[in-house]
Amino acid sequence: MSLETYKPGSYPNLPPPAGTVGVYGWLKNNLFSSVSNSLLTILSVILLYYLIDSIIGWFFFDAVFDADSKIECRKINDGACWAVITRRVGQFVYGFYPEAERWRIDLTFYTMFFAFAPLLYPDLPKRKWLLWFSGIYPIFAFVLINGGFFGLPKIEYSLFGGFMLTVILGVSGIVCSLPIGILLALGRQSKLTVVRTLSVCFIEFMRGVPLITLLFVASSMLNYFMPPGTNFSILVRVIIMFTFFSAAYIAEVIRGGIQAIPKGQYEAADALGLNYWQTTRFITLPQALKISIPGIVNTFIGLYKDTTLVVVIGLLDPLGIGRAALADTKWNGLSTETYLFVALFFFISCFAMSRYSLWLENKLNTENK
Amino acid sequence: MVINKNTSSKPVIEIKEMHKWFGTFHVLKNISLGVNQGERIVICGPSGSGKSTLIRCINRLEVHQRGDIIVNDVELTGDLKNLEAIRSDVGMVFQSFNLFPHLTVLENCTLAPIWVKGLPKKDANELAMELLTRVKIPEQALKFPGQLSGGQQQRVAIARSLCMQPKIMLFDEPTSALDPEMIKEVLDTMIELAETGMTMLVVTHEMGFAKKVADSVIFMDEGEIIEQNDPKNFFNNPKNDRTKLFLSQILNH
Repeated sequence: MSLETYKPGSYPNLPPPAGTVGVYGWLKNNLFSSVSNSLLTILSVILLYYLIDSIIGWFFFDAVFDADSKIECRKINDGACWAVITRRVGQFVYGFYPEAERWRIDLTFYTMFFAFAPLLYPDLPKRKWLLWFSGIYPIFAFVLINGGFFGLPKIEYSLFGGFMLTVILGVSGIVCSLPIGILLALGRQSKLTVVRTLSVCFIEFMRGVPLITLLFVASSMLNYFMPPGTNFSILVRVIIMFTFFSAAYIAEVIRGGIQAIPKGQYEAADALGLNYWQTTRFITLPQALKISIPGIVNTFIGLYKDTTLVVVIGLLDPLGIGRAALADTKWNGLSTETYLFVALFFFISCFAMSRYSLWLENKLNTENK
Repeated sequence: MVINKNTSSKPVIEIKEMHKWFGTFHVLKNISLGVNQGERIVICGPSGSGKSTLIRCINRLEVHQRGDIIVNDVELTGDLKNLEAIRSDVGMVFQSFNLFPHLTVLENCTLAPIWVKGLPKKDANELAMELLTRVKIPEQALKFPGQLSGGQQQRVAIARSLCMQPKIMLFDEPTSALDPEMIKEVLDTMIELAETGMTMLVVTHEMGFAKKVADSVIFMDEGEIIEQNDPKNFFNNPKNDRTKLFLSQILNH
């Protein structure tokens, strides 16, 4: 329906018709495309208003942030009683780690970001120097948290607890399981029968057993190897079990990625004279890992949340601390507040991982850059 | 344009009574072929005739079961040392390009020279840029393969092989996956390469290319070399009936 006539080959690029793009176009297409859609939109807005109004009221405006007990809370206002958290926040974060030594945990936690930054962001300036720090960080963290060196008092593992325990278990499990998972995935694809069989057995065993069983093994086997009464390396044993368990899952995720690489890639690498390890390092893994990012992060998030299972072998993760708080007669019955708080902590950590994985996927996408 | 034939009589590839099976399927039968330094050979034949398998045996992407293949005086065996020597002397270009999608064009070209030949990065970059200029796409060096057209990707693949400074180049249907308008740019690149005196084995259906460039044309069918002749005789008076049939099928449309 064009009003003007153009010579063939000279038709200009016209802007799209009004109201099909931009904010107005989006609203029209998505929220008000038909009568029923418009009605649903209005209904949802009203519903959301009432929901959010009462929820926010309970969370913030009617909530009590400091009081001595639940009964006092109720006297002040009828919203959430966050006092159970604020009064015990130290326990939620550090477990029973001695108060005078808690700076060690803080320092370890904040320096962790410097250790991870160069690994997570490849374009970071001065990355090489930070990588050195990443390399020594595990020792640094162990010395600080565990103590026993340089005049730092040694802290028993049985005092560890709360979010600190979650982060220690989760981060160590994640960091150790990725390289082991990669090796297992390569092993499973190996041409060497022995390597392949061992990898398959390990992966299938670890995937075929419930994590709780492994944790019980970790805690009870200790009794056979250690003198009675010691609680020496329960944490290390639990970390090993977490690592093996998620390494098996990661191996399978990465195997999927490896198998998605076209055969032509290996042929090209072979034809250029690259050997197995060169091909693995430069061709196979970069592509396989990129494909597997969503699956790997999925496994990591699962592992991170599974750390709460340690409560069954008597370690005080945030849920354990929460239960202890609820057992206190002063705070009896505040389970909603307690569990919401723990949930919020897990949500923030896991959401951050999820966002990072999206960002990384985008960055590594070389198709439509 | 006729390219001057500067072949010498020294054979760089010698295949003697070579057989290959895929499982129980006899895919190559009693292949004997000598290729001299600087010689350009075009291999054609219907699909499934074993022509790709034949050139893939030459850099041992496929393993032959009987007979001998000698490349540059090195016999192809299971020995890894021999394999390395041969693969750095023999370049290969594939139908589906097989560029590494996660590396830039430049990195595609420098990866093998740096890690296989131990070239310093700076020299490898210079060499790669020189060869990318030769295939006429130096301006694409920092892009990723996925951003290039098929013809450009195939030219990068040629440059990538040339970066290893091979003595022999194998081409496995290099233009079969390309849109018609891009076939010419790749063929032109190959013709220029032929002019430098490179020993080339080309599996292709581009008979124009064969007529212009080849020193000899081989026709294969059902795993056998049916006929080998210089292009003039091959196209004007083929001897074998199957060759005649094949030529009539691909030339008359």
